[in-house]
Amino acid sequence: MERNRNKQKLDTTILRTSTNYLLPLLILFSVFLLMRGHYLPGGGFVGGLVASIAFVLHSFAYSPTQTLKMFSVKPFFLIPTGLMICFLSGMLPTLLGHPFMSVVWFADAVVVIGAFGSALIFDLGVYMVVIGVVLTILFSISEQV
Amino acid sequence: MITNFILAPILMHMFTAILLLFFWQKVLVQKIISIVGNSIAFLLCLRLFEMTLTHGHLSLQVGGWQAPFGITFISDTLSAIMVLLTALVSLAVGIYSAASLNVSRIKFGYFFIFHFLIMGLLGAFLTGDIFNLYVWFEVVIISSFILLTVGGKKMQMEGAIKYVTMNMLASVIFLTAIAVLYGITGTLNIADIANKITLVENKGLVTVTSLLFFVGFGIKSAVFPLYFWLPSAYHTPPSAIAAIFGGLLTKMGIYAMLRVFTVIFQPDYFTLTLFSIIAIFTLITGALGTINKRNIRRILSYLIVCHIGYLIAGLGLNTELAFVAIVFYLIHDVIVKSNVFMISGVIVKMRETVDITRLGSLLKDYPKFSFVTALVLFSLIGIPPLSGFWPKILLFQETFKQENYFLLAALIIASFVTVFVIVRIWAEAFWKESPKHITEEIDHFAPFSLSGKIALIAPIVGLAIVSLFIGLNVNSVIKLSEKAAYEMKHPEIYINNVLGPKE
Repeated sequence: MERNRNKQKLDTTILRTSTNYLLPLLILFSVFLLMRGHYLPGGGFVGGLVASIAFVLHSFAYSPTQTLKMFSVKPFFLIPTGLMICFLSGMLPTLLGHPFMSVVWFADAVVVIGAFGSALIFDLGVYMVVIGVVLTILFSISEQV
Repeated sequence: MITNFILAPILMHMFTAILLLFFWQKVLVQKIISIVGNSIAFLLCLRLFEMTLTHGHLSLQVGGWQAPFGITFISDTLSAIMVLLTALVSLAVGIYSAASLNVSRIKFGYFFIFHFLIMGLLGAFLTGDIFNLYVWFEVVIISSFILLTVGGKKMQMEGAIKYVTMNMLASVIFLTAIAVLYGITGTLNIADIANKITLVENKGLVTVTSLLFFVGFGIKSAVFPLYFWLPSAYHTPPSAIAAIFGGLLTKMGIYAMLRVFTVIFQPDYFTLTLFSIIAIFTLITGALGTINKRNIRRILSYLIVCHIGYLIAGLGLNTELAFVAIVFYLIHDVIVKSNVFMISGVIVKMRETVDITRLGSLLKDYPKFSFVTALVLFSLIGIPPLSGFWPKILLFQETFKQENYFLLAALIIASFVTVFVIVRIWAEAFWKESPKHITEEIDHFAPFSLSGKIALIAPIVGLAIVSLFIGLNVNSVIKLSEKAAYEMKHPEIYINNVLGPKE
């Protein structure tokens, strides 16, 4: 019985080993997508999906419990944190007297990222919300199955 | 005046909702945050209302994108009234639900969804963009789905499925109407559409689009052929949720109708006749529906449908005085309907049932509560000097003046049936001797702590005082409604406020 369950979870050495390398790569790719969203297709939503897929892959190769161990807080808390970041990035321009949700650009370009504005902070919030939502849904389903 | 402040109530509810997520599962903290957030939001709404009245209007181009390209938020008198009503009801229901809901629902995130629902309502009342209006409608609908189904029993699920199906259909129709409108005018900003739609040559297409909007909003606000989902859904959820639904959700559809049919479309004779006919049927069917029901909440659900008829009737008359009556009636109806649903919840706590044949001797056991209830019920009927009397008399007067006698007859029948039904509720539930002996096991109200009792009763008393206040300060409310009606009759004011005065 135990073996059967393991088989269902794709318990192979190949997957496990490759996951160990794929996980950081996928997360790096998701960050790339997040940054790219400024000018080209990409952004917080897609980036968040890719990042959560990385963790889903990990949970297939190992188990959801082990994946959860990688998080110091529950993925659920990424949702309010991300929402709060979105909220604050919208509020930021109002402090400077601009309309809500206008983009504030910082004067100097940042190395690697390029021009840095409050839109990127908003995207970062979306990124976190998406990871939080996807992982919360998937893990709560896998707990019940 | 251009100001970021217009978004403050929306953002306050959003902030409260996010904060609540951090305290998932912590019931007491959730209650405190919700009540504090609601109170602050209420004060912000009050300030918004006051600012709108002093400055004429408030507006904001979100993100600095100028209209008609960006999303405009605009608050004129009608929006400000709706925002204030929403804030009032949300504060009352927020406090009420802290005491009346069981712990498991709160753990499921009731307050979080509640604040999102209110945020959606406020957004819908303040936006000046038709597609953004659709988005806020979706926020409201998704939140209401969750509120309806959370912790659901079988009956509640059945009601929820009807609700979900009909509202999805309404959303699809609404979205189709927006698509057609965008196709013929090429813009989504309500004020800009209003300017461009006068240039469209195909008047038939414009009328058809306007009717698509009417069907979409009509399903949401439960008008005649499309109302059946409401009585089968609204009596199932806990009364706190039903109070929000009964008070505000159907009125959102009415608000959208008022906006669309005053600013964008100028209804022609055919559309107005259609409104009148639908109003007549809504009034009659809603009224007839109440007669054979024994469950108080079912009766109230049908009364919602019936009273939506008053609002549609005013829309069908399409005169300034009729609009005064509608706005006044909206103010009265939102407050009273929310209140009666909260009262039904307290009755459930006292007697475990809302079936009027099994209720009784409430007057003897709870004289003070019964007095407040009487005030609210009489206000619902429209006994002078309570709040329901004045808008009805205005509407009757205007219908008579317009010589729309069928409509007048329907209005009078609906009023009489309302009187009959309310008197029946009063006689059966409050006057009559209770058919069975009340034991301590039945009465869940007595064991409540004092703070719990206050949290249950204070919102009811508060809203009752507001309706009494409206009744006693008719002049100022009528002045306010006249201002809103004047703006509705002169859409160019709205258009100029959004797009700036024409060169």
